[in-house]
Amino acid sequence: MSTAAPLRRSLVTPTTLVLVALVVIAFSFLLQRFLFGLGAVANINPGYPWGIWVVVDVIIGTAFGCGGFAMALLVYIFNRGQYHPLMRPALLSGLFGYTLGGFAVIFDLGRYWQAYNLLLPWHAQLNSVMFEVALCVMAYVVVLWIEFSPAFLERWGFAASKRVLDRWMFVIVALGVLLPTMHQSSLGSMLLVMEYRLSPLWFTLWLPALFVISALAMGYAVVMFEATVVSKTFSLPSEHALISKMSIVVGWITVAWLVLRFGDLFARNALPLAFIGSISVFLFWVENAMFLAAALVFITPAGRASQRASFLGAVALLAGGSLYRLDAYLIGYQPLNNWSYFPSVPELMVSIGVVALEVLLYLIFIKTLPVLHGDAARR
Amino acid sequence: MTEVDRRDFLRGAGFATAAAAVPTEASAAIARPPKQISPQAVGMLYDSTLCIGCRACVAACKEANKMPAEVPATLTGWNENTWDSAEDLSGRTLNVIKVYRNGTAEQKDHEINGFAFVKRHCLHCIDPSCVSVCPVGAMQKDAATGIVSYDPDVCIGCRYCVYGCPFGVPQFDFSSALGKIAKCEFCRHLQKDGKIPACCDVCPTGASLFGPVKELEREIERRTAAAPGTPYQFPRGKIGENRPPNAATIPTYVKGVYGEHEAGGTQVRYLAGVPFPKLGLPTVGRQSPASLSEGMQHTIYQWLIAPLVAFVGFAFLARRNLALHRDDDAPTSKEG
Repeated sequence: MSTAAPLRRSLVTPTTLVLVALVVIAFSFLLQRFLFGLGAVANINPGYPWGIWVVVDVIIGTAFGCGGFAMALLVYIFNRGQYHPLMRPALLSGLFGYTLGGFAVIFDLGRYWQAYNLLLPWHAQLNSVMFEVALCVMAYVVVLWIEFSPAFLERWGFAASKRVLDRWMFVIVALGVLLPTMHQSSLGSMLLVMEYRLSPLWFTLWLPALFVISALAMGYAVVMFEATVVSKTFSLPSEHALISKMSIVVGWITVAWLVLRFGDLFARNALPLAFIGSISVFLFWVENAMFLAAALVFITPAGRASQRASFLGAVALLAGGSLYRLDAYLIGYQPLNNWSYFPSVPELMVSIGVVALEVLLYLIFIKTLPVLHGDAARR
Repeated sequence: MTEVDRRDFLRGAGFATAAAAVPTEASAAIARPPKQISPQAVGMLYDSTLCIGCRACVAACKEANKMPAEVPATLTGWNENTWDSAEDLSGRTLNVIKVYRNGTAEQKDHEINGFAFVKRHCLHCIDPSCVSVCPVGAMQKDAATGIVSYDPDVCIGCRYCVYGCPFGVPQFDFSSALGKIAKCEFCRHLQKDGKIPACCDVCPTGASLFGPVKELEREIERRTAAAPGTPYQFPRGKIGENRPPNAATIPTYVKGVYGEHEAGGTQVRYLAGVPFPKLGLPTVGRQSPASLSEGMQHTIYQWLIAPLVAFVGFAFLARRNLALHRDDDAPTSKEG
């Protein structure tokens, strides 16, 4: 039996100071964006109305936040209690992935001061996939904070509140699995309206399934990545034994994704397009090679046994999943009138700042709240 | 005036493959039924062969909609905001005339060694993607006139309409801290006072013709049925209105009417002497993208049955499994 405990390390380190600096830089560019408009900071244009603030911070960022979703499905729905020690760190990364994804939406919205219209029933537009995504993501952010709240309640000793929460936790857990299934698939459905603008290498009726399955795979990959990085950084005992057992699940999910991806391309006769020389075709292969590499690591016993290979497998999965999203939203998208897009330095710095803020808050939380596997953290 | 880039055509070919690559049966099975045009729908007929490229419509549009002049960076040296030189649709330009040029560019409306004009603005789709994707209903299609309108007081600025429009029409003004979407609304503010859209009002040749779509369709039939060279009275302004017509002869049209079937059909129709893709008009399939995306979404979420069943299942399993492992969650120490 194990419990969680705060990690007893200093809050101020060179790493945290660098992270703070990155956050400050990002906020200074954001100030510029609010004073002079999106065009003053970002390179988005009539051909590419969505840039990395949408695609990296929200579409990819929330997939990185799927650790809590993936682990809840495994631990509470499929009853694999042995993975429970990985639950809280997974929830924590999800908490920040999603909360900051929501924050990124606000500064990307051109008319952010009217964003509350999303919540007014008389403006609700039920045909809009984005409406569903927006409501689901907002609800899921709340669910994540409640799912994670036992850490606060334990930290400050609110035993009575925790008992009440425990009794109702199954509702929150169920929502915590349902909502990401809904909005992660809808992030794929959002592209269904792009029938005439998106390359057939990415446009398919299976977009919702491909998005939700890859989000799940990325969720497990984030947990594996994080467990390894945290145990190495803070010289804690390795979680590899646990991760290695879990990785077979990830392996088969990745195989399922690849089968669906290529089966669909084959069925639509779209595969020949993957042999035309172009940047997007090259990235198509990179993206799928990453998934394949991860699958090979996780379904072979030797790959699972090696800590290094498993870590690289998780990195490959995260890179492949991110590239798939970037390709589907920006690279495989064909703008009209020959517009091109590459993010500006300030635009990049804002996205980097969002990630830095995520890592910073994660570090603060694991050092002040009972998040990590107790026996290890307490040493 | 910007030249229509020939690469547009190559890209157009890419879109055609995109359309072909989704099995139509599967796509049609998921798509909801296509929307039908309203009997009172109003629209425009743009006849590229009549257009002389004077751009009176561009200037009139700017004036009628109080849009600022646009001066591309390359021209700021001599053009101190005195000339509007909009190159394309943008957050500040709702209507633009572009030119196609080939070889010696000697003959009007000839594909080889010729030139032709094209007018770009909102096509007012019968089943518009922008209306379908807008999360807050800032884009609306009028049930009677079919005009696709925009309400900046509702819009949250997500720009999904810009991303999702198959014709590249709605534009966001990125240069302003309080930017909004810009798109042609058929001068609905002028129509309220019984006037017609500014571009059609000022067009000297009748290249831009306003009127009920039904009547415009009959006009198209008359023009395409007549033999090239036949003398013809081209109506100007609004069809059926008693303005002196433009007396000319029927030109040689390319086959088809752009806008009749594209993306489920639009209320703006194009006739031209040069193939439409060469004019930079996107090659778009017949199915409306909105019908596919809404069909999929409403299949998955019909009456919210699937999510509710999933929720009950998840809740049942979570409740049982949480009870089984209650001990794992209980803190054994008061650390920290």
